[in-house]
Amino acid sequence: MASTPFEQKTTAFLTDSTLCIGCKACEVACKEWNQLPDDGMNWSGLSYDNTGAVGHSSWRHVKFVEGKPEPGFGGNAAKSLSWEFSSDVCKHCENAGCLEACPTGSLVRMEFGAVYLQPDICNGCSYCVVACPFGVVQRNEKDGRAFKCTFCSDRQRVGLQPACAKACPTESIKFGTLDQLRVDAVERVERLHSQGMEDAQLYDPRDTSVQGIHSMFIVRGDPRQYNLPPKPEVPTIYLKDGWRASALAAGLLVAATLAAFVASPRRQARSMARR
Amino acid sequence: MSSETNIPRPATESRLLQIRSEAERHGRVQAAGVQPAGAPFPIASPQTGYYGLPLLKEPQWSWEVPVYFFVGGAAGSAAVIGAVAHWTGRDEPLARDARFVAAGGALLSSALLVSDLGRPERFLNMLRVFKPQSAMSVGAWILASFGTFSGAAALAEIVSTRIDVPPVRILGEAAQALSAIFGMPFSNYTGVLIGATAIPVWNHNIKTLPIHFGMSGLNCGVSILELVGHERSRALNLLGGCAAAMETYEGYHVEMRRDPVINEPLKRGVSGWITRTGGVLSGPVPLALRLAAALTSDSTSRRLRRMAAWISIAGSLLTRIGWIRAGHASARDWRIPLDIPRPSRGSSEVIELQSKPELPQLKRNVR
Repeated sequence: MASTPFEQKTTAFLTDSTLCIGCKACEVACKEWNQLPDDGMNWSGLSYDNTGAVGHSSWRHVKFVEGKPEPGFGGNAAKSLSWEFSSDVCKHCENAGCLEACPTGSLVRMEFGAVYLQPDICNGCSYCVVACPFGVVQRNEKDGRAFKCTFCSDRQRVGLQPACAKACPTESIKFGTLDQLRVDAVERVERLHSQGMEDAQLYDPRDTSVQGIHSMFIVRGDPRQYNLPPKPEVPTIYLKDGWRASALAAGLLVAATLAAFVASPRRQARSMARR
Repeated sequence: MSSETNIPRPATESRLLQIRSEAERHGRVQAAGVQPAGAPFPIASPQTGYYGLPLLKEPQWSWEVPVYFFVGGAAGSAAVIGAVAHWTGRDEPLARDARFVAAGGALLSSALLVSDLGRPERFLNMLRVFKPQSAMSVGAWILASFGTFSGAAALAEIVSTRIDVPPVRILGEAAQALSAIFGMPFSNYTGVLIGATAIPVWNHNIKTLPIHFGMSGLNCGVSILELVGHERSRALNLLGGCAAAMETYEGYHVEMRRDPVINEPLKRGVSGWITRTGGVLSGPVPLALRLAAALTSDSTSRRLRRMAAWISIAGSLLTRIGWIRAGHASARDWRIPLDIPRPSRGSSEVIELQSKPELPQLKRNVR
């Protein structure tokens, strides 16, 4: 299943929230394997999720999506509560904003399709931070460089699966080739539908400029409650308009300057006196 | 403890009787549990996203970046102004001073950009690749080229006062021409830089940002040149008026547009007030002062123009700071990237919670 350096198949994650038990083993495994720094003991006060979001020191992040409780009778406990867990990670976009934006070439595409940040090249310009439509990349202010999920490139190169997928006790995090997992995902969603979970769906925004992601998610209900944007766009789509406006601005600058000087009298004589 | 709750009223008394009769009839009371008003349970829902936590990361640039935008805009415009003053033969001293302003600005820009990096010692890594798809990469190359040529032009200017030989003059001419060519994008590319990002308020305005920043830079470049001793140049006053008029139009355009959700950071909050103040200071105020200066006598005119210049510079700086802050506010607004409409004024979150959740009916496992 895992790719070897010779096969060079595009690999992917399929994170299935219907199987996730919220144990956070993936977060721990990721931190241990990648030796990520501590991100403090901050209580969010929102749910059992105290990590909050994927960032420079948390490359996996389990979301605790608590649905609306139905009010109980006469002040008793709530009748029902939907409780979903979903392990979030860098999406390794097909058309990645961070990769396009990086001015140093620190961010590269690996042979198995991962978007990899080379920490020995990153100079901490933090342009990738604002270029990511999923808010994944973040600069470590202490260190100065940006960090993100490496898709365990070091492990994948020697034929091992990523640490999070290996540590997952329920196979909520599946790892395999992208083509296979896309097929598996459709099958899984169909099966969930037949089991009555009609709100289960696959999150893989292939119809946007991101053109699909290498870590897909199966979620129940609206993906927006998992902080998954319905229309992520790679920021390079705005460049055409931007450079056209830039050319227009340059033209305006030159035209206005030329007009102003041509319309004004020569100032040679007085200036010579000043010199 | 409010006394109101203790006063028996017909409404509260009848409610108590209703509860009693319901308990007698059904053996239980069907009512919502206690929900403290204004303190809803944190719940992830299609209306609240993921607990209202922002999806996007805020920009992590430090104060150097807006100042870099400001200095770069002025330096790039100064190079173009100087070159045009030279080519039209209208104002040689202005052309000379513009070379120094452009070179000084390029030097300062580079210092600001390098010090903003998380790893300043690695700034040269920017020049190990050229990526047309990255506005930051294109910008780094524009800055490098602009810095080289404007520096060479300034150096040639210094050398030519000592040794006035044709090779120095020719090199100086060439360097000035090239610094003007790179000055054109350098004065406004920062609009593309922030526009081509995932931050909604920036990418939403990418069609106007480069023009806005370019005109702001021109305004500032003119003002700096006036303050270094060209406050008598009619061309500069005309040009400054032109830039101020464009900025007035831009400010009017932003203010009058009716898409309040994405552009809200430009109008509300701290970022809104900075952007607005910057807009007033770089648009209508200098425009009025420059008009007055064009119509008044020499000494009054110079005083008015100095005032216009200082105000324009402040406005230009505030404009950049305001736009960067607006980007921060926009990144914090979790509703926009999730495409969640803002709740209307009347509805509160408590009411929203009491409505029945749309939970799916679980069927028996068919397998």
